[in-house]
Amino acid sequence: MSETVESVSALIIQKLLANPKVPRDIDGNCKIMEDLAFDSLAVMNFVMEVEDSLDVSVPLDKLADIRTINDLAACIVDLKNKG
Amino acid sequence: MTSLFSKFEGLAGALGSVVAAGGRNPFAVVIEKPVSSTVGIIEGRETLLFGTNNYLGLSQSERAIKAAQAAAETCGVGTTGSRIANGTQSLHRHLERKIADFFKRRDAMVFSTGYQANLGMISALAGKDDYLILDADSHASIYDGSRLSAAQVIRFRHNSPDDLYKRLKRLDAPNSAKLIVVEGIYSMTGNVAPMAEFAAVKRETGAYLMVDEAHSFGVLGEHGRGAAEAEGVEADVDFVVGTFSKSLGTVGGYCVSDHPELELVRLNCRPYMFTASLPPEVIAATGAALEDMIAQPELRRQLMDNAAHLHAGFTKLGLNASKRVSPVIAVTLETVEQAIPMWNRLLELGVYVNLSLPPATPDSRPLLRCSVMATHTAAQIDQALAIFGQAAVECGVPLQPEAA
Repeated sequence: MSETVESVSALIIQKLLANPKVPRDIDGNCKIMEDLAFDSLAVMNFVMEVEDSLDVSVPLDKLADIRTINDLAACIVDLKNKG
Repeated sequence: MTSLFSKFEGLAGALGSVVAAGGRNPFAVVIEKPVSSTVGIIEGRETLLFGTNNYLGLSQSERAIKAAQAAAETCGVGTTGSRIANGTQSLHRHLERKIADFFKRRDAMVFSTGYQANLGMISALAGKDDYLILDADSHASIYDGSRLSAAQVIRFRHNSPDDLYKRLKRLDAPNSAKLIVVEGIYSMTGNVAPMAEFAAVKRETGAYLMVDEAHSFGVLGEHGRGAAEAEGVEADVDFVVGTFSKSLGTVGGYCVSDHPELELVRLNCRPYMFTASLPPEVIAATGAALEDMIAQPELRRQLMDNAAHLHAGFTKLGLNASKRVSPVIAVTLETVEQAIPMWNRLLELGVYVNLSLPPATPDSRPLLRCSVMATHTAAQIDQALAIFGQAAVECGVPLQPEAA
């Protein structure tokens, strides 16, 4: 497992930028719902894409504590390390 | 000091724009009086009802009305208690037996609403060491049930058995029980679950399978037992959940199962234990409506014929209707700016349908959601189609009729 919060965060940002509606100047501290204007459904659908890229399962209850891109990255790294 | 209501500011703005764009609040429509199962008085006008989920028209069943009257006269109008205290009369047990027999299952639990059936079964069954695997487009009651449970919740891509399989395999949790939850017919889009393929995944992975047949009960399958019956995989379904408030025309929810532990679920299921049971007249009307449904299989055939009629009409007009014909037919529009005036114009011209706006729709486009009834006449369907055509033209909704 070589993923770090930085590398996962970079991958998340790369995936987000593939969506033309997402602002170009995002970084790891951006709040996913507030700064990216994602509604709850969009967040869940986006997490599903990240799950497939990194072969990890992120249970929905974990999303409640996630606000920023770095939070999501840290959660994924934690889940991968447990696996 | 922070206002308790500041969190609603965004909603207030959104609702204000919807009302400003169309002149009325689509979520506050009042049916002043039902004239029949298919016609109601709205804003003083006779309006064709194409958005009530009353698939077999049984909300107006003579047999059910008489049964409700008789039950109210003999048993009163309420139970004043929960199912596990004073709220179980012999009528309740009798209805549970009838529902279980209809589904050819060992036992049934009757809940006060369909919402509570999902909330109760999912939260009672899935404990903190278990996994719930939900279709991404699941109804709010399924998501809420998963929140009330302590389980780990994973979504899989809508109606995709391959994605379900992949996500189950990805879980490295051999000691956890897994419960898959799918719906027979999806309420917003009318999509039908590929039950045989889901059942195959369930068998291979050793998970449990729950199917919410809310919109498919009385609609799909030779006997109306739903999507699992239609695909011949009822034996693979551990729990069937559903509602009386669509094809049976009353209110209430149920779960049927062959697992004997259902008796213990009754004592571990907060939405069943801590609410009053259904009143006698509703229980009696539901049992009578079920008898109506069993006695009139032709209603189901008429329903599917009517669905095909409406669906073909939408396609001919050039509207973007759901791919598969089912009694829920959603017309997808590209923008909210088209959908709001079109929905308002339909109502003014005499057709009521449901307006569904993102994010309550699966792919961020708005829907004009129609539900068909067995009791719609061919003339009513043609009239609704003519009104859809007129409203689309008046509201500038692009039509793309299929090449002949």
